[in-house]
Amino acid sequence: MTIDWIHYTPYRALAGGLLIGLAAVVLWLANGRVAGISGIAGGVVRAAQHRQAGSDAYWRVAFLCGLMMAPLMLRLAAVLPTSRVDAGYGVLIGAGLLVGFGTRLGSGCTSGHGVCGLARLSRRSLAATLVFMACGFLTVFLMRHVLLRGLP
Amino acid sequence: MTVAIAWLSGLLFGLGLILAGMSDPAQVLGFLDLAGPWNPSLAFVMGGAVVFVGVVHRLTRGWQKSCLGLPLQWPTGRGIDRRLLFGSAIFGVGWGMSGICPGPGFVLLGMGSDKGLVFVAAMLAGMAIYEARNFR
Repeated sequence: MTIDWIHYTPYRALAGGLLIGLAAVVLWLANGRVAGISGIAGGVVRAAQHRQAGSDAYWRVAFLCGLMMAPLMLRLAAVLPTSRVDAGYGVLIGAGLLVGFGTRLGSGCTSGHGVCGLARLSRRSLAATLVFMACGFLTVFLMRHVLLRGLP
Repeated sequence: MTVAIAWLSGLLFGLGLILAGMSDPAQVLGFLDLAGPWNPSLAFVMGGAVVFVGVVHRLTRGWQKSCLGLPLQWPTGRGIDRRLLFGSAIFGVGWGMSGICPGPGFVLLGMGSDKGLVFVAAMLAGMAIYEARNFR
């Protein structure tokens, strides 16, 4: 294993993590809600599918709007860091479907289980986090080092 | 008020993701690529977030209601079942394929990325499929 020192940015990463934590704390202490993105988005999807507009949907939509507006706001003050998506559209569609279905089935994602769940010392979230991490590592290994089809 | 707070929380979350590098799929995949040049940065993201939220949780564990008097929506712990494990595995595979998880997906969409749009659309479709299957 080699370390990618060029892209290693521990302080920025830590600062970002603390900001994410702050966001989660604000949502919890003020609204009493867990900042799990898959749950928040899932709730909007559920409300749309069952035609239930209501206060439960509004705060979720507001959260997602804030999330989507973050890069816009940041761009007003600074230069956005580069974001590179190497995956092709086909892979993205497949990946998106899996992420959408999987996070709902598993009741959470990196924010819901990985941040909020682990912070509560939840055994469920620990299990979920270990599993999705392992699958993430394994998938990347298979795609990059076994299949080697030019996919990222 | 709750709507405004939710918006603010989303904004802070998004800023955190961008700063942390989570909204850069190339960096996320760099973390998930153990056999290649490994970028451990993302460990600090989760570590920092978990420790921060964990400390606050510890300090406020006796709270019955939120600051705004709302009920604290504790997740209903169902125990470690097959849905949790299978769902997490499926999510992990999708994450490893793209380097994108739900939060960063929305951020990419907000950046005007058409790849972000495709991912989020597919993700919402995946969620809808789950919802449809679950509510028969």
